[in-house]
Amino acid sequence: MASTLRDLREQILRAACAAGEGHIASAFSILDILWVLYHGILRHNPANPADPARDRFVLSKGHASLGIYGILATRGFFPMEELKTFASSSGRLGGHPDSRKVPGVEASTGSLGHGMPMAAGMALGLKIRKSSSRVVCIVGDGECNEGAVWEAALLAAHHKLGHFTCVVDFNHSGDRALMLGDLAAKFRSFDWDVVEIDGHDHAQIEAALKPHDGDVPRAVIASTIKGKGCKEMENNPAWHHKAPKVDELEAMLAQLA
Amino acid sequence: MRKQFVTTMERLLDEDPRLVVLLGDIGVFAFRHAFQKHPKRVINIGILEQATVSVAAGLAKEGFIPLFHSIAPFVVERAFEQIKVDFGYQALGGHFVSVGGSYDYAALGCSHHCPGDVELMQAVPGMQILAPGHPAEFDSLMSQTFASGKPTYHRLSERSNSEARPVTFGKAEIEQLGSGPVIVTVGPFLDRVIEASSGSDATILYYTTLAPFDDETLREHAGDGRILCVEPFYEGTLAASITNALRGKRIALSSMGVPRRFLTDYGHASYHDAACGLLAADIRARLDELRHV
Repeated sequence: MASTLRDLREQILRAACAAGEGHIASAFSILDILWVLYHGILRHNPANPADPARDRFVLSKGHASLGIYGILATRGFFPMEELKTFASSSGRLGGHPDSRKVPGVEASTGSLGHGMPMAAGMALGLKIRKSSSRVVCIVGDGECNEGAVWEAALLAAHHKLGHFTCVVDFNHSGDRALMLGDLAAKFRSFDWDVVEIDGHDHAQIEAALKPHDGDVPRAVIASTIKGKGCKEMENNPAWHHKAPKVDELEAMLAQLA
Repeated sequence: MRKQFVTTMERLLDEDPRLVVLLGDIGVFAFRHAFQKHPKRVINIGILEQATVSVAAGLAKEGFIPLFHSIAPFVVERAFEQIKVDFGYQALGGHFVSVGGSYDYAALGCSHHCPGDVELMQAVPGMQILAPGHPAEFDSLMSQTFASGKPTYHRLSERSNSEARPVTFGKAEIEQLGSGPVIVTVGPFLDRVIEASSGSDATILYYTTLAPFDDETLREHAGDGRILCVEPFYEGTLAASITNALRGKRIALSSMGVPRRFLTDYGHASYHDAACGLLAADIRARLDELRHV
C-alpha cells in the first residue's frame, strides 16, 4: 500500500517498467489533484463502487491511467499489487482505463475529448434525478484543442450544471502545437466560474475542488508540471509515452520527490 | 514503416512546394528536420482532428496537396464525416496517413484500436486505399499517388514483410501461381500467408491497393473459385470487392481477419494475432478446410 505520494510514484514507475508501457509523466502531472480528490473531497465507496450516492470522477485524459489506477488502489478499490499486471494481456488495467473492467473507473476514455462531455451528461442525469452527487473530470490542455470540450462547456453552462467541475491539467504540453492563450478568460466567456490554482499545492487544490453552491459549472485551471516529482521527466517531452528500462529504474526511483 | 514515412515526406517536401504536412501532435520529434527546413509547410496542428480534415480540404481548394497524419482511429473514425463530405463529396485530393491500424497499439486498449478503418474508407466514393507491407512499398505507393488529385488513405503498420515487392498502384502482385485455392492477402500479412501455404498448390495474390480494387488480376487467376481472403483488418472487409470482381462466377469465399468484437485484452500485437486466430498455422488450417469444399 502506498502511504505517500512518493510511494505511489514508485509503484507507478515499477508498473510501467514491468509493462514496458505507460504515460508516466501525464500521470505524475495530475497525481496531487487525484490524491486530494480521493482524500476528503469525493464521496466514494470501494466496497460498492456503483453506490448511487457516490460522486463521479471522469479521467478524460485517459492516457494518465496509471495515476487513477494508483489512487484507486490506495483507496482500496483493488490491491496495489494489481498494478504489476498493467498493460498485460491477462490484466484488467490497460493503457487507457476501461469502465467495464476496473472498479471505480466511471468512463472508458482514451480518445481525447470524450470524457468531459460524458461527465457533463452524468451531471445532467444527476440533476434530472435531483441527486446530491457531483461530477468532477480532468482534461489535459492538449485535449482542450478538441471541439467537443468546448461544446460540452457550452451546454454545461446552459443547463446550469453547478455540480459539475472540470479541472484542466494545464502542464503546457500542448503548447508545441496550439497555444490556448488565456484559458480562464475562455471558460469565463462560456459563463463558467473559474478558479486558477497551483496544481501541486494541496491547500489550493482542496479549496478549489470542495463542493460549492450555485448553478454555475466550475473550471479549475491547474498549473501543473508534466512528470512532477521525477526530475528527469519534468517537462521533458521525450517521456510523454515511454517506460523506464530495468537498468534505468533505480536511477529514476532515486530522483523521486 | 514510420521511419520511411518521414524520409519520403522529407523528399516530397523538397520536390513539391504544394505539399503541406499536418501532424496531429504525433511524430513531432521524427519530423524535426522537416520542421526546420519547411517551417510553413510542416505544421503540428494539434489535437483537433475534425477541424484538421476540414482545414486540409481548404488547403486543397487553394491548390496545395495536404497530408494529415495521426493514429488510425483519430484520422478515420473521429473525422469521418469531414473526410466523406469535404474530400469525398468535393472530390479533393489529399493524403491521410495513419499508424496503429487494427491492434498495433494493443496495450493502449480499444480506444486506440482500429480494425474498421479500411471498411469505413471504402464507404467514401473515390477514396484510394493503400496498405503497404514494407517501408519501400510505402515509398513507392506514396510516390505513385502523390499528385493523383484524389483523396488517398495510407495504412501504415508497425509490422512489415521481410522483403519488398515491386508494387504498382491499382494492381495486385502475383506472388505464387498454383492449381489450388486462391489466397488474396494484404500488406503486412503476406509473410505469414507464404509460410502458411508452403508446399501447397495455392495461388497467392498480394494486394497493397485495396481501392480501386484490382478486379482483373483476381478474375484471371480465380481458378475454380475457391478463395481464401486473409486481411489485416476486420474479417470480410474485402468480401464485397472480391464478390464484385467475380460476379457471375460460382465461388466459395472464406475470409480471415480481425474478428468483429472489441479486443479488450491488452499485451502485445503478437498476443492478439494468436488470440484472433491469425497465425500461419490458423491460415493453413483454413486453407485445408477450403480444399475440401
